[in-house]
Amino acid sequence: MERFSKAHSSKTDMSKIVKLKKGFDINMAGKAKQELADFAPAQTFAIKPTDFIGLQRPKVLVNEGDTVKAGTPILIDKALDQVIYAAPVSGKVVEIKRGDRRKLLEVKILADATITHEQFAAVDLASLDRDALAATLAASGTWPNIIQRPYGIVANPADTPKSIFISAFDTNPLAPDYAFTLKGQEKYLQAGIEALAKLTSGKVHLNVDGSKAVPAIFSDLKGAQMNKFSGPHPAGNVGVQIHHLDPINKGDIAWTVSPVGLAQIGKFILEGVFDASRIIAVTGSELTTAAYVKTYSGACVSTFVKGNLNSGHVRVISGNVLTGEKIALEGFLGFYSSQITVIPEGDYEEFLGWIKPTASKLSFSRALGIFSFLNKGEFKVDTNAHGEERPFVVSGVFEKVLPMDILPTYLFKAIVTEDFDEMEELGLYEIIEEDVALCEFVDPSKNDLQELVRSGIELLMYS
Amino acid sequence: MKALQNLFDKLKPNFEKGGKWEKFHTLYEGHRTIAFAPDLTTKAKGAQIKDAVDLKRVMITVVIAMIPALLFGVLNVGYQHFLATGQEATVMDKALFGAMAVLPTLIVSYAVGLLTEFTFCVIRNHPISEGYLVSGMLIALVMPPFIPLWQVALATIFAVVIGKEVFGGTGMNILNVAMTARAFLYFAYPAQISGDQVWTYLSDATAVDGFSGATALSVAYNAGVDGTHSVVEALSTHNAGIGGDYSFMNLFMGWVPGSIGETSTLMALIGAVILIGTGVASWKIIVSGFAGAYIMGFVMNLFAVNEYMAMPPQYHWVMGGLAFGIVFMATDPVSAAQTETGKWIYGLLIGVLTVIIRVTNPAYPEGIMLAVLFMNVFAPLIDYYVVKANKTRRLQRATV
Repeated sequence: MERFSKAHSSKTDMSKIVKLKKGFDINMAGKAKQELADFAPAQTFAIKPTDFIGLQRPKVLVNEGDTVKAGTPILIDKALDQVIYAAPVSGKVVEIKRGDRRKLLEVKILADATITHEQFAAVDLASLDRDALAATLAASGTWPNIIQRPYGIVANPADTPKSIFISAFDTNPLAPDYAFTLKGQEKYLQAGIEALAKLTSGKVHLNVDGSKAVPAIFSDLKGAQMNKFSGPHPAGNVGVQIHHLDPINKGDIAWTVSPVGLAQIGKFILEGVFDASRIIAVTGSELTTAAYVKTYSGACVSTFVKGNLNSGHVRVISGNVLTGEKIALEGFLGFYSSQITVIPEGDYEEFLGWIKPTASKLSFSRALGIFSFLNKGEFKVDTNAHGEERPFVVSGVFEKVLPMDILPTYLFKAIVTEDFDEMEELGLYEIIEEDVALCEFVDPSKNDLQELVRSGIELLMYS
Repeated sequence: MKALQNLFDKLKPNFEKGGKWEKFHTLYEGHRTIAFAPDLTTKAKGAQIKDAVDLKRVMITVVIAMIPALLFGVLNVGYQHFLATGQEATVMDKALFGAMAVLPTLIVSYAVGLLTEFTFCVIRNHPISEGYLVSGMLIALVMPPFIPLWQVALATIFAVVIGKEVFGGTGMNILNVAMTARAFLYFAYPAQISGDQVWTYLSDATAVDGFSGATALSVAYNAGVDGTHSVVEALSTHNAGIGGDYSFMNLFMGWVPGSIGETSTLMALIGAVILIGTGVASWKIIVSGFAGAYIMGFVMNLFAVNEYMAMPPQYHWVMGGLAFGIVFMATDPVSAAQTETGKWIYGLLIGVLTVIIRVTNPAYPEGIMLAVLFMNVFAPLIDYYVVKANKTRRLQRATV
């Protein structure tokens, strides 16, 4: 027995296996079939500065009417001007949309029939030093894939993170399966890991789903520590994984990258192009065909949704139902989204809806008349809030869906009262919105906890 | 239902800004959301779906869990009356007699409490919160059966205003609202809420020979002082002549005098099963509360200098309002400890303190009320140390 464990020790020393119990898997109707649907391709694409949290002073580098290639810089953040935000496709800039007080909302590009790319030189990782690599990537358009913890903002190329984390699986409702969407991209993923390894003083962590066999696209990757996480959502959240691997304390900086971003970075390293193409999951109970489709980041989703609806009154979400953002039927996919979700709008009143017994409404709770725990099937969930906002009353619920050694209620109260010391001491450096998304979902008092967490982070960042 | 919706829609302009009843907007919303779950949807950013449960459902679950205790209380009030007066009576008679006693108290508690609550909501422009659904029922259940109604009203107003609204309303209070009401009466009008005379209503009949209205707790206390019989003996012979002895079984079932809802341990346990099964109340508080009482009872046994101290500890579970208090009062999430570790400590100490107060304090035969209030005050302190431990863990991690 001892021999057996020793034989594996070289491998297990390196990687960690973490089994999480807390959390909640939301089983929704409208899962994407693992095939590419033949939706009409999207025509227009947009870069939305609002996708990039922490982008403070966006400056547009193009004018309406300009022609751009995929990879042409479209905007920069004047506060971090070495990082460019590039065009996902080649084509013509058709609109620069501004909102109140000239706030930049969208830069829209009408795509060419065939996409051409800005051609950079392929990167020879061996010959570049760390800073030169960071500068090259910052100018490539792929850099915004690198997110800094704490705060969940676009990373600063001048920082050296203590480690870099990649969550190779998504446990959110109706999430895309990377094994399907990234098939054939192994060499890019590998190159991405090699590039990231140069950027950090520590390790690159690749965290895979421990509840099933590791998909081939990840199992053969080298140069990263592979950790296995299992358990209900949010086991796939990179913030939860960091907490269990190498938690962030005051003053620490870690970076995170999604597998999609990793492949983008890798492709730039190997081929010198910014390729924003990705396979996204088109999901949700209101779609006739829920499947995958190949497009580019920032795609206008209307061609995937219109004509594909089985009901009229819907909400289109860029991303998943826990952390996503409501967009119009002609709205655009977010930079970080690999998924759109279409669910029914819930703006109806329901007679005695707060007491009526039901097994068809999704709930984490088993309070009076809620029998959804008996219902093992898929739920069709709408956007109804199921109640009004109230002060915190029930205790112990958030704790059941946050698999971290953090006291969520106290942290939320610290943010509400703007108590800086408490926010720091209770772990606000370790979480961003997505980590409390389940708390927000289960909260019987219906507070906007993701918004609250962001307001707390902004207090820490800007004061 | 469309008609009701139309009626609400028709009334709506009056309550909107500029309408003639603008001030009462919160009452309109409150009533509409009781009739219809609101049409509110999730925001554009953040969670796009929300759990089907809300505070209304949580609170109504607690109310449902108290219904067995209420129904039994009604029956027991009648049972105690006919037992004391030696009259033959059917179950129906007992239930009717009990209902006559209990319903006015319940109605006054809800009516006065909700009126107070509405007044504050209108003044402070708060939405009407669901908390009083539970408090209203609890206040009625911890009252003696025939307490003057004006006292119920006064206690309710005191509890809602001083116990809750001055702190900012539901979710902000430090003390359990219903226990505050009871404590107010206990200290303001002790004659109507303590002693041997208030638990059984004789009406204009006279008690039969051999009847004593003393509660099990005072029987036990006196047995301890006299030292002539063991407590178990004293309890089982009490009122035995008229068939109303305080055997363990009778105490457990609740066929003994006491506050309306508190006498039956069985009904409290049924409530506990509902609350734990639905996940609404903390099982940690309930389990540790009972454990604390047993442990302290056992420790008393070890150092027994009188009969009460020597009483088998399980008797503490079934006498007085311990079970009711632990299941329905101690678990109030707002006034209890909020950390999971804190809940163990909080519950345990409530059990321990209840037994200490019962056995050693001649002035207060019932300990659960003061134990819960006392621990309500200390819950933030317990949480403070649990939270501090969490912070320390995080700090230590940083230096490694």
